[in-house]
Amino acid sequence: MLKQYKPTSWLSLLLAAGLALSAASGQVNAETTNKGLEIAKERKARDKGWGDSESTSQMILRNAQGDQSIREMRIQALEVQGDGDKGLTIFDEPRDVKGSAFLNFSHINEPDDQWLYLPALKRVKRIASRNKSGPFMGSEFAYEDLASFEVEKYTYQYLRDETVNGELCWVIESIPTDKYSGYSKQISWIDQSEYRVQKIEFYDRKQALLKTLTFADYKLYLNKYWRAHTMTMTNHQTGKSTDMIAKEINFKVGLSDTDFNQNSLRRAR
Amino acid sequence: MKKIVNTLFAFASLNYLPISQAVEYEYLGSIGAQARYFTQETQDPEQTEQQFSLYAEPEVYFQWNDGNDSLTFKPFARLDSADDERTHFDIRELFWLHVQDDWELRVGINKVFWGVTETLHLVDIVNQTDAIEAFDGEEKLGQPMVQFSMYKDWGYLDLFILPYFRERTYAGREGRLRGPFLIDTDNPVYESDKEERHIDFAANWRNSYDFLDVSLNVFKGTSREPNFIPKLVNGVPTGEIVPFYPQITQFGAVMQYVSEAWLWKMEAINRTGDLIDDFNALVGGFEYTMVGINDSSTDLGWVVEYAYDERDASQVATQNDLSVAARIALNDIDSTEVLIGLSHDLEFTDSRAMFIEANTRVGKSSKLILDMWLFNGDDPQDISSQFKNEDFIQVSYEWYF
Repeated sequence: MLKQYKPTSWLSLLLAAGLALSAASGQVNAETTNKGLEIAKERKARDKGWGDSESTSQMILRNAQGDQSIREMRIQALEVQGDGDKGLTIFDEPRDVKGSAFLNFSHINEPDDQWLYLPALKRVKRIASRNKSGPFMGSEFAYEDLASFEVEKYTYQYLRDETVNGELCWVIESIPTDKYSGYSKQISWIDQSEYRVQKIEFYDRKQALLKTLTFADYKLYLNKYWRAHTMTMTNHQTGKSTDMIAKEINFKVGLSDTDFNQNSLRRAR
Repeated sequence: MKKIVNTLFAFASLNYLPISQAVEYEYLGSIGAQARYFTQETQDPEQTEQQFSLYAEPEVYFQWNDGNDSLTFKPFARLDSADDERTHFDIRELFWLHVQDDWELRVGINKVFWGVTETLHLVDIVNQTDAIEAFDGEEKLGQPMVQFSMYKDWGYLDLFILPYFRERTYAGREGRLRGPFLIDTDNPVYESDKEERHIDFAANWRNSYDFLDVSLNVFKGTSREPNFIPKLVNGVPTGEIVPFYPQITQFGAVMQYVSEAWLWKMEAINRTGDLIDDFNALVGGFEYTMVGINDSSTDLGWVVEYAYDERDASQVATQNDLSVAARIALNDIDSTEVLIGLSHDLEFTDSRAMFIEANTRVGKSSKLILDMWLFNGDDPQDISSQFKNEDFIQVSYEWYF
């Protein structure tokens, strides 16, 4: 953390002005909405330009009885300007799904395109776009929890300041704009020092608290991009949990658009 | 990551090749054991009522040149307690792959899959069906081929040269799921005098337009699906039948439309040939998935498909059939899935089949699989009636490494 990244001063001014205004007038809702949106925009802006990456990850799935099961995978990702990112996930463990691969094109304003490659049948299967709220590999992560963060996917409301994981955070309520999201809302804790997400609470469609995701072991890449190496998702309704552990992340490994199509999905190893 | 850089092959140490010449290799596969029990009396007293088998499908993979060149070798073998034909060996894959920018070349034995539907694979013609391996046509034999693939902004194009033909496998004298007639696979008859050495050609184009996937393909060569002729010895029928493989030209079209929870699917073919009755056939329907039913993590998917074929029921089982299946995915740690379904003939309304396929993971890397098929219908005009006595339940245990 030699090079601290400071929030742009105009934003602080705007936020301060917003706070002052909201205290003084009846426009509380508009101001807190604006503040929430500005924080989301700055969060996205700070993550711009990472290009492409390759990571090796492990998921540890636990049920309420404490039994656990391990998933291992490699994820290739490509940043797409003006739209959601592209991702190719190759599964290594458990061994019976070894060689299966998942291709995802995230989109901002329309459903994601998703394909699954089944090596035993040598078949690429398109996945119906509605399944974003379904579990990823039997874990507590839904597909939509792993999609790239895009500002336009939510409407925002700033709630309060609160300290989490030793970091002073903005607490933001985000309401998904997609009617097929599995959530009615998310509450996010975003730290004020680096705009990193520290915690997210997910509320189900009946407004009940469903899951909590906590972020830990943040590491700084290319002097600019923060990545959490441990993400823990706990389901409060079932007692199940999943740790997503990034063992290794490499940026700018030279991936391009041609590495993210149905042919590359077929030969993914 | 299981890939191991093999330093023996890392010629970099020899100082005349760059480091990217390192060869990486991977070793994986599965070993299985299977028991099958047939609940009804056999049509031929020589046929077995139960069978046990062991099978293995290891795979070795080498890559070099930064992964732009690779070699895959995947043999398969099964040892069966009752059926000599089901005891068989096949090279599922043995091919070299070269990748270059927007094109790929594969040379060797390999498998390709064409199509989108679940209950019937009409357009999928490149590989021969390993019918003795799996009753539902999902298993294929390795096909010798040269495959050239390219990806452009107008779509994906695959061109194939298929220099050698593989005969369809069938149950032997003691085996089951063969109907009353024994198929003599040792004496097939071909239209081409080059027999299995006839060189076949195929091409497949496919592209996606937002929510619509389209594919068109053509195949010219030896039909993968045989017709049957009575076996004669000195002009006298022996009671056995012999497969006859005609020369055909087949055009195929595939469409799939994605809309929220729906996948709409269609496959159609037109098959012509000098020694066959030309025909068209179609299969189409939808897959509708309900995610997280009753606030659980269970998904319920409905598969509904209708199949039509201009040939009549004495030649093909899917001449006018409706299939409905439910796929239940528990999305649990053990990835438990159950597929339960019914195929119903709309013409011979007594003719139907019920099936259950279920599987779950056991421990870290094993799978327990249950298959069950029940058949009904005994109109002799319907080819499906050959299976009327073939109800079976099958349990498999597979270990992956």
